[in-house]
Amino acid sequence: MVEIPAGSADAVPAAEVEDMELYHPKSWWTKYVFSQDAKIIAVQYAITAISIGLVALVLSWLMRLQLAFPGYFAFIDADHYYQFITMHGMIMVVYLLTALFLGGFGNYLIPLMVGARDMVFPYANMLSYWIYLLAVLILVAGFFAPGGPTGAGWTLYPPQSVLSGTPGGQDWGILLMLSSLIVFVIGFTMGGLNYVVTVLQGRARGMTLMRMPLTVWGIFTATVMALLAFPALFVACVMMLFDRLLGTSFFMPAIVEMGTQLQHGGGSPILFQHLFWFFGHPEVYIVALPAFGIVSDLISTHARKNIFGYRMMVWAIVIIAALSFVVWAHHMYVSGMNPAFGFFFATTTLIIAVPTAIKVYNWVLTLWRGDIHLTLPMLFALAFIVTFVNGGLTGLFLGNVVVDVPLSDTMFVVAHFHMVMGVAPILVIFGAIYHWYPKVTGRLLNTALGHIHYWITFLGAYAIFFPMHYLGLLGVPRRYYEIGETSFVPPSAHTLNIFITIMALIVGAAQVVFLFNLIWSLFRGKEAGGNPWRATTLEWQTPQTPPAHGNWGKDLPVVYRWAYDYSVPGAPEDFIPQTQPATGGLTREVMR
Amino acid sequence: MAVVLILALLVVGSVLFHLLSPWWWTPIASNWTYIDNTLIATFWITGVVFVAVVSFIAYCVWRFRHKPGNRAAYEPENRKLELLLASGTAVGVAAMLVPGLFVWNQFITVPNDAAPVEVVSQQWLWSFRLPGADGKLGRSETRDITPENPLGVNKNDTAGLDDVIIEGGELHLPVGKPVHILLRSIDVLHDFYVPEFRAKMDMIPGMITYFWFTPTRTGTFDILCAELCGVGHPQMRGTVVVEEAEAYQAWLAQQQTFTQLLASAEPQPAN
Amino acid sequence: MNVTLLFLAVIGAIIAWWMAGQRLTSKPWLEASPVQTATSMNDPAAPTIKIGLYVFLGVVGALFSLFISAYFMRMASSDWWGMPVPGLLWVNTGLLAASSAALQWAKTEARHGRMETLKPALTTGLLLAALFLAGQIEAWRELTAAGYVLADNPANSFFYLLTGLHGLHILGGLAVTGRTTVRAFAANVPPTQLRLSVDLCATYSHFMLAVWLVLFALFAGWANDFVDLCRQLLS
Repeated sequence: MVEIPAGSADAVPAAEVEDMELYHPKSWWTKYVFSQDAKIIAVQYAITAISIGLVALVLSWLMRLQLAFPGYFAFIDADHYYQFITMHGMIMVVYLLTALFLGGFGNYLIPLMVGARDMVFPYANMLSYWIYLLAVLILVAGFFAPGGPTGAGWTLYPPQSVLSGTPGGQDWGILLMLSSLIVFVIGFTMGGLNYVVTVLQGRARGMTLMRMPLTVWGIFTATVMALLAFPALFVACVMMLFDRLLGTSFFMPAIVEMGTQLQHGGGSPILFQHLFWFFGHPEVYIVALPAFGIVSDLISTHARKNIFGYRMMVWAIVIIAALSFVVWAHHMYVSGMNPAFGFFFATTTLIIAVPTAIKVYNWVLTLWRGDIHLTLPMLFALAFIVTFVNGGLTGLFLGNVVVDVPLSDTMFVVAHFHMVMGVAPILVIFGAIYHWYPKVTGRLLNTALGHIHYWITFLGAYAIFFPMHYLGLLGVPRRYYEIGETSFVPPSAHTLNIFITIMALIVGAAQVVFLFNLIWSLFRGKEAGGNPWRATTLEWQTPQTPPAHGNWGKDLPVVYRWAYDYSVPGAPEDFIPQTQPATGGLTREVMR
Repeated sequence: MAVVLILALLVVGSVLFHLLSPWWWTPIASNWTYIDNTLIATFWITGVVFVAVVSFIAYCVWRFRHKPGNRAAYEPENRKLELLLASGTAVGVAAMLVPGLFVWNQFITVPNDAAPVEVVSQQWLWSFRLPGADGKLGRSETRDITPENPLGVNKNDTAGLDDVIIEGGELHLPVGKPVHILLRSIDVLHDFYVPEFRAKMDMIPGMITYFWFTPTRTGTFDILCAELCGVGHPQMRGTVVVEEAEAYQAWLAQQQTFTQLLASAEPQPAN
Repeated sequence: MNVTLLFLAVIGAIIAWWMAGQRLTSKPWLEASPVQTATSMNDPAAPTIKIGLYVFLGVVGALFSLFISAYFMRMASSDWWGMPVPGLLWVNTGLLAASSAALQWAKTEARHGRMETLKPALTTGLLLAALFLAGQIEAWRELTAAGYVLADNPANSFFYLLTGLHGLHILGGLAVTGRTTVRAFAANVPPTQLRLSVDLCATYSHFMLAVWLVLFALFAGWANDFVDLCRQLLS
């Protein structure tokens, strides 16, 4: 039992943080465009990421149309189909999810939640966004380049990705893709340094690591992972550029392409796969950990209950992050690598299921005996748990090396990763937007529109991806422009494909409701006030809403308690903000 | 209450879909029933967890939904419960992993009596090479590929001269005999995939990869490519015929050997 | 990927060591007193920018360790022909080491606030690093003239790629050191601010020297002997 001396709050000196050297915007341009304010940068990241994400959404419609009605749409030929899947995948994974979670939510929430005035290196932070935008523009340029964007699949496996049998392989497509990724990694590193060092150095007085909200834990850990994993993508892209442009043979073995001997020799395609997945697997958790963190806070706030097993949640995040660097080759069970590796990677992969499962248990145990407000953020959090549990469990099929053998490269894989790192994190993003929109704009999003959006998105996405697993079980391979004649795919599977496509069109269309809500509520939404959800964390305690430049007015906040003091027995309200000092009358002895 | 109802329907619907779905794996035609069994076991374990977790959420929402005057319980953690759940999960995971690893060990250990069969892939065609009377495949090299020697077999290796070469045709296999499939690609990644055999493996230019299986029933099966290999990927099809030993021998006798292939190419002067 | 995993193990150990001091097993809901939990913010031992540099060096370290992993994995192929190490590289190594030493000297001078010796020290460090770069380019020219061109052999490709990438990092360091030097010559810069900048330049320079020594060992083939030795010890 920790002794809490009465009146100890008085012993706290006023925040003795030196007046941070904040830049002061002088014009409209430096305030809203070339801004160094993390909150503006966050919104810029979010708008860019969502815009490019909409492009990826339309691409997914186009490929779904081809799968349901093969040959009906003349403009979707095989070349275009492969370009669509490639761009869809790369945009969603890197340019939407990574950028939105870390660049968007990271920038907005880290300084506010740890009680800093801004990121520690605001100038580098601004550069990070503009370099990200440049990367997006280079990527989009692929659509207008001769030969179109690359159609190599988002994994970009050589030698296929740089040969003429692939769209963009010998044109501009692959070059623009690789350059865009290299630029993205450089830009991300600048932002990532900020997120990490701000958490390390910028925390307000009293904000120990164990008092940080799990959102910050998730984003912080994911950023550390990204800083160590993205260099692998950088290395792979640089080496492939050399192979493609300068005739080196890092990844290129001796090849006879369409009857012609190429000049390459000796290179190792497997080497690329190792580098790619050394980035690619941590990338899954780079997306998942911020989602884990955010959803923990959404559940806790809207169930009016502290997150169950906070310490275990923190440790689980750290353990998952560490383990995720030694599981990459589970993407390569049937890649032809030394099969003995299968034992090691299957074991590490399935071990990671344990801390992940603990997180799921703690989310549902937070609901247990809670006071559940079925607000939109809570609804999205519930949808997240359902889809994440579903996708996580199918991961146990694919992670177990021998079960993966029949399922790999089938639609089962497509269904699995869409459920677990597409649908689930995007549901968290929606929940988070409904949750923090009032802080960003001062107004609440419309609830009726939100419900329409929620039900169509959640149930529609589930109806898309749950049945898709069974196509994979049937043996339908992924990345097929059309399945054509086979002896094992019954005609009924085609009906299922049409159903999935129709659901995809409906779910996509429902996002228009969301976009309309975002814009409409900006002007007509209900005034939110400073703390509409009655939450404990620091971002809801700012003197102004939306928070002004520098976030905190004259004095930095002082933190007296952890982020989850909800429904504390004896407290008058069902939440105690982190900034509220302990009072003599409130003792905690009763609670153990 | 709509949420509770829909979550409950989602659980029931998912289970019913699984039970009633007409989309299930193709009947197996190889010895890898172990893989199917491990998959079934995984379905049971994960299915139970899915139903339990989602039902529990639905129950919580129904039972602990906000009503005026309600207040949440205060319980920061419960080490005993957390440890219990964690160890329960660990047991479940081990129950899936351990049998899986045993089967994997079988999968990568090729029996000594397995007959070698080479599959060579290129954009977008399957070719095959079977050993001749000596039971051995000759050495091969991508650099040796010429129009007359499409698989790049080494002409100086006597073991290769009697190899049977099937360019773009059907592959026949005798039923009940283990085969050691050796995979080679001459351009990009491909993947030799016959759904009925359950086994598959990528083919990598510059390397020889492998897997093995024993065909257990006769029939004609599709060969598909399961690793994106360019725009012709979905069109890259082949056929494998599993048949009784006599039929197989009769088929084998009709095929061209490497020596015959070279001889047929020689009289025509190169132009 | 062994090299990368080794590097990550080191990073992981640093993170674990740091976390061990963060009371991760405490029960935060029982602690409502801020006194016992005051963070070490504004600790003069660790200015923010310095932490930033350390994190950045971690990223650069990951980058080079990944390249080195790729180097070893590619080296396993039969088409690998080692490349001769031009004698000039020894001179360049000396130059880079001297540059690093000069910046260390500058760091000492800056700490004691001796502006008049700080200026020559910084200038020497800057010039030596620039000479190193010039020397590297000359080494490239020599090798190319001798017929060791980029695409001939993976050993050559890696040599040019890695020296080029290292050179770019040195170039970045030169830009920052150059800026610091200009500020040292300007009259109105307070020595306290300069001290930090010089400190950062010296740290970066030492790190890049260490990277270069590893790369040099790699090209000279000692690293391979070392790896072989490790393999023998393991088996």
